[in-house]
Amino acid sequence: MRELIRKLTETYGPSGAEEQIRAVIRAEVEPLADEMRVDPLGSLVAHKQGDGKRIMLAAHMDEIGVMVAYVDEKGFARFTNIGGVRTLNCVGGRVAFADGTLGVINVEQKRDNADKVPQMSQLYIDVGATSRADCPVQVGDTAVFVRPFAAQGRRLIAKAMDDRIGCAILIETLRRLKRTRYDAYFVFTVQEEVGLRGARTSAYGIDPDMAIAVDITATGDTPESMHMAVDLGKGPAIKVQDRGMIAHVEVRELLTRRAKEAKIPYQLEVLELGSTDAAAMQLVRAGVPAGCISIPCRHFHSPSEMVDEEDVENCVRLLLEVLQKA
Amino acid sequence: MILKELSEAIGISGDEGEVRAVVIDAVRAHADDVRVDAMGNVLAFKRGTGRDRLRVMLAAHMDEIGLMVVGHDNDGFLKVRAVGGIDPRLLPGALFRVGPERVPGVIGLKPVHLLKEEEGEKVLQIEDLVVDIGAKGKDEAKKLAPLGTCASFATQFRQMGPSTVSGKAFDDRAGCAVLVELLRGERFRFDLHAAFTVQEEVGLRGAEVAAYAIEPDCAFALEGTVADDLPKEKDVSPTTQLGKGPAITVMDHSFISDRRLLRLLTSTAEELGIPYQFKQPGIGGTDAGAIHRSRAGVPSVTVAVPSRYIHSPVALLSLEDFDNTVRLMRESLSRLTRRTLKVSE
Repeated sequence: MRELIRKLTETYGPSGAEEQIRAVIRAEVEPLADEMRVDPLGSLVAHKQGDGKRIMLAAHMDEIGVMVAYVDEKGFARFTNIGGVRTLNCVGGRVAFADGTLGVINVEQKRDNADKVPQMSQLYIDVGATSRADCPVQVGDTAVFVRPFAAQGRRLIAKAMDDRIGCAILIETLRRLKRTRYDAYFVFTVQEEVGLRGARTSAYGIDPDMAIAVDITATGDTPESMHMAVDLGKGPAIKVQDRGMIAHVEVRELLTRRAKEAKIPYQLEVLELGSTDAAAMQLVRAGVPAGCISIPCRHFHSPSEMVDEEDVENCVRLLLEVLQKA
Repeated sequence: MILKELSEAIGISGDEGEVRAVVIDAVRAHADDVRVDAMGNVLAFKRGTGRDRLRVMLAAHMDEIGLMVVGHDNDGFLKVRAVGGIDPRLLPGALFRVGPERVPGVIGLKPVHLLKEEEGEKVLQIEDLVVDIGAKGKDEAKKLAPLGTCASFATQFRQMGPSTVSGKAFDDRAGCAVLVELLRGERFRFDLHAAFTVQEEVGLRGAEVAAYAIEPDCAFALEGTVADDLPKEKDVSPTTQLGKGPAITVMDHSFISDRRLLRLLTSTAEELGIPYQFKQPGIGGTDAGAIHRSRAGVPSVTVAVPSRYIHSPVALLSLEDFDNTVRLMRESLSRLTRRTLKVSE
């Protein structure tokens, strides 16, 4: 599974420009699905037929990134964020555009409050151009962090673990899936990072009886972190609630029951900030019972997001229990 | 000129009747069906010539920002609140038209003779200001402008130089005027569903239900958008510039444009030599924000006429930009087929 995770995390795909990552996922999933389609906003839907009720599993394939907002006379690009990009994680880093063009991000030297966290408007991307005319990027072009995948013991480190790890989990689940008691839709959604947009429209199209998002969540186990009772490596986290939704009790209980039966370690998750595709799916049409399995992830929305390989494996096992057990 | 008529009509969010009448009058003869929906959107349908039953939605919002009367004081002054986004620095000294009878009003300040130094440095908020309609006491004020009455900036449309015009509410009467021009022209191959929407300025509300009803395959929001091309100290983005052509949105706070529709617009512009610019990404929001997330999703894009000083008593736009926006839209739409929306593998 490591090779799959490497491939998925190293692929380019900011919100709204998911074509490259979609092609990579499609190649993996096409042989495994009974039917595939790309829906109007670009989400990839893989259908695995079953007799039971419709279940929608969602992992978002988009990642956070930056978009060029202006190219100045000297060829430096000013930019805006796509999703939750923090300036602290940008300075000194590299970004790559869709065509592979590299840029270095730095911050204006002459600025007021130089001891404070800089504003995004004080940052710029240097692609090595000498003027606006020879700058290879233009307004509207998008870029993502550059950072290679790495494994160290059980820990996996990469950019875009959020949520390529969820994509990897759905693909691996499909690979191992023998039969499903649900009519199952594996959906690789677009534009989660800018407002859960793809999951909402995909869920409308699928009209599921139950929906489960697979995404990352924060942990409370780093120095002086905000309080959170989720640790890296203690098992996939079954969501109780976050800022955007309260998980449907029956979905939550189904997940915990299956985990207990199969002796899969798990944690319960209460996230005080942020949300996932489950929040959008829950409110589609007349409402959908929805829940979420989260992979604990340190340093999320940085270029080096860290997850634990056993949490990932246990999440796949849990999904298989849910889909296969009568 | 339809832009003049639309600009001078009054239609604060939720109270768009006057603009609606102008729109219906302008498009009735050029559409196969015109109706008003439950929220007050004008939905005009123009059948296509092709066999391809592609459904294309074009949206422009009729509403404008303004004030609403929320109280009357004993001396006959009107307490007001903003409807939509208004910079309070623009209010003192502004003239208004209050209510359907267009009662003249003004927001005044005490004269400079009486001004204390520290007062001059403070921006007065809307809660600190009142609209004066010359009423003698509370009862007269209530009669002339009952609670809930809307007030708009009192601005006449004017020509300024050979290709620039000024007026109020170019956001989004400019978009409405572009849409009227598109309806007035030849039929397209696809079925055109034009939506003149309500309540965009207070949260894209009209577009949401219009898109649900129309169920389009793709959508274009037509706008009058920010031009911030006043002189600047630093070499940073002007958002858009007057005279540089229609402004195409790649991403704003409300949505990310569909890349296939972006390509259609830019390739058409380049083929025909129509000037265009990208709006500075990450700013503002339009009806496309509501439309693109309708039902199972609608690929969408926004095209706008750049306009200086929007959301103020008087805005400026270039008639060349306006004409180029109409032309870019017409030519792009005439090249739009089902194949445009095909997913690249």
